[in-house]
Amino acid sequence: MNTLLFFAGLKEAIGTDEVRLVAAGMTLGEVKEKVRAEYSLDQVNNCMMAVNEEFAPEDTTITEGDTIAFIPPVSGG
Amino acid sequence: MEQQCWITTEPLEIEEVTKRVIRREAGAVNTFIGTVREFTKGKRTLFLQYETYKEMAEKKLEQITKEIDQQWPSAEVAIAHRIGRLEITDIAVIIAVSTPHRNDSYEASRYAIERIKEIVPIWKKEYWEDGEEWIGDQKEVRPGVPLKEEIK
Repeated sequence: MNTLLFFAGLKEAIGTDEVRLVAAGMTLGEVKEKVRAEYSLDQVNNCMMAVNEEFAPEDTTITEGDTIAFIPPVSGG
Repeated sequence: MEQQCWITTEPLEIEEVTKRVIRREAGAVNTFIGTVREFTKGKRTLFLQYETYKEMAEKKLEQITKEIDQQWPSAEVAIAHRIGRLEITDIAVIIAVSTPHRNDSYEASRYAIERIKEIVPIWKKEYWEDGEEWIGDQKEVRPGVPLKEEIK
């Protein structure tokens, strides 16, 4: 099982900050596309992706237990 | 050693940050303070709500201090960011950089705030008199694909 984390505007659009999904074997890009399609949310395309608290490219293969975070454009400072 | 980078819901204290970088070798301590601005392009902000992915954000702040250490090996850096509800004039971020000579302290401080706005997962929502909006100005080159130097 994997955990997907959503933040800020994306969290509000999806309606939850966390979703559980079996994603092992999928690529990060595939997970992203699945979420985009399932929620009809193109703003997913603007997100950077992180696996286990580190930014990761979309060809990264997800393994069991990985935490996947959708990082909308940041605005700290 | 005390933590050099942290995120908190509590009000930030300037001295809490600067005391972590003041040392005998330093002849300059540059302190950047980011505060909540009331007017942006004529529009009045009532307050801000900051949110974070804390575990990752603190790691990314640590990464910025390491990047600074590579470019300015003599610099010491401390960074604190506040989250939650912030009122106008409240301090959102404090960056303190100490170096032997002043020029490096300015440059490293500037580098730190620019990197915070690129890679640290913190978001702010602006509340106006007539609405609210999540702000995001990530300087991404390709959406969804972090820059090479961001994947470290």
